[in-house]
Amino acid sequence: MPDLLEDTRSGLLPENVITPLRQGEETTNGAATILATSDLRKYYDRATPVLQGIDLSIRAGERVALIGSNGSGKSTLLKCLIGIHPNSGGRVTVMDHSFSRLPDAGQRRNIRRSTGFVFQKHCLVRRRTVLSNVVHGMLGTEGSWRGFSQAIAPEAWRLAALEALSEVNLESFALRRADALSGGQQQRVAIARALVRRPRLLIADEPAASLDPVSGRDVMELFSRLCKQHGITLLFTSHDMAHAREFSDRVVALRQGRIFLDRPSADVTDRDLQETFDA
Amino acid sequence: MPEARDTLMPGRWSGFSPVTFILLVAAGGLILSSMQSVAPSPKQLVDGVPGMVSLVDRMLPPNTDPAFLKRIGLRIVETFQIALVGAAVGVLLSLPVGWLAARGITPFGRGGYLVKAFVSLLRTVPDLVWALLFVATVGLGAVAGTMTIIVDTVGFCGRFFAEAMEDSDKEPQEALSAIGASRMSILFGAILPDAAPSLINTSLFALEKAVRSSVVLGLVGAGGIGQELKVAFDLFQYKNASMIILAIFVIVLVMEYVTDRLRASLQ
Repeated sequence: MPDLLEDTRSGLLPENVITPLRQGEETTNGAATILATSDLRKYYDRATPVLQGIDLSIRAGERVALIGSNGSGKSTLLKCLIGIHPNSGGRVTVMDHSFSRLPDAGQRRNIRRSTGFVFQKHCLVRRRTVLSNVVHGMLGTEGSWRGFSQAIAPEAWRLAALEALSEVNLESFALRRADALSGGQQQRVAIARALVRRPRLLIADEPAASLDPVSGRDVMELFSRLCKQHGITLLFTSHDMAHAREFSDRVVALRQGRIFLDRPSADVTDRDLQETFDA
Repeated sequence: MPEARDTLMPGRWSGFSPVTFILLVAAGGLILSSMQSVAPSPKQLVDGVPGMVSLVDRMLPPNTDPAFLKRIGLRIVETFQIALVGAAVGVLLSLPVGWLAARGITPFGRGGYLVKAFVSLLRTVPDLVWALLFVATVGLGAVAGTMTIIVDTVGFCGRFFAEAMEDSDKEPQEALSAIGASRMSILFGAILPDAAPSLINTSLFALEKAVRSSVVLGLVGAGGIGQELKVAFDLFQYKNASMIILAIFVIVLVMEYVTDRLRASLQ
């Protein structure tokens, strides 16, 4: 990892840039690193770099909020981490799988099998039942061809899906069609789908953005509680600063494709946040 | 400020370029010149009326002889069997064909265009031509008719299935891909459920189309009620022909009613 503290001292970074967290520095739980990037770069075209050298390290069990204004590269970073988007440079290591541009087929399979992903919109199959949508969470696993419908899924998967639904308080909706639920309920189903196979890492891209404030808060509380309860590492993006501070252990801010701030949530001040969003 | 407003007012014919105008005039000229070559003249229409009246007179009343009706009934059952089996097998074959042809979904990448071209070939060759080919290869009868309907249905459904899959909601597909689902899992888990109403609708249209096609396939010896119709006209048995036409009308009407009801229940 480049010495950003040195860069700050030598004037390469502006003075108000706060040095990123170093492994073990603020996170004192002693857990192993589950996700790390080194000089990660992403360009959609040469004139508009989206990520400009991201160095990030996240330890197992941490809950990390990724914040930044629109176009700062948050969603792109999340998608680069699990190989949905190809990287333009640098290196990503996720759960001992290290890759530069894209993970190879085996790495991609292993990474995605151990990762849950929740999108801003719930992305459920609207014509299928809630239970089938949660069973879909097993699709990436071994012999998962039976996972496309709860009707033919193995009994163990149906039970796991029902348990995941009960964790988000929706077990009584199991056989309703997904599009019959409210937006908040659908997002809770998406969380159940992401959690059904107990991933080691959960990535969420603005999971509360399309919800009203009350539902959004409920969803974030649920995320936070379940990840803590099951020891799942959580990396989420948010535009809601209250959510970012309250439901994470650590806040990482991106500005113009670079890490602008990286510190424990409790230490993040309003001034830090304002500077993050100042052009 | 009328002057300022005039300058802001968009033209009434904006977007109607000289090229568009020339193309419209050319298309109109083509239609008119074609009408002169192939459309019936008023004189021809008037001259044809006595012949038509005479034909209708010889067709009435339709033949209601029980033995004939029994023979027609069996042929109608055969026609329906050709349509049903042909459409069912054609729809089943169209699912993988549509998947392989669907842009952005096919595992063949740009090779999907070749599958689309193949489906276009099946669709553009008329069903009577396919029937002639199958009669020549497997002989006269219902089997040739069924094979014709299968090919015709793949040509029809293959295209619309591919389009329905292309238009299916991309977000669930992305979500399943993000958790490591395979192409097949995404197909069965996200694409087919989302495209299902469109697929069923297209399949019902295919069945309707198959019934209409199977009626005329007999004209070239590919089985079904059309074979009886051809014999009736060839032997100038117009009362038999009118009964067959009536029977065809009834089965097409019943089929349209049933498929309309099924489509309505899907809404």
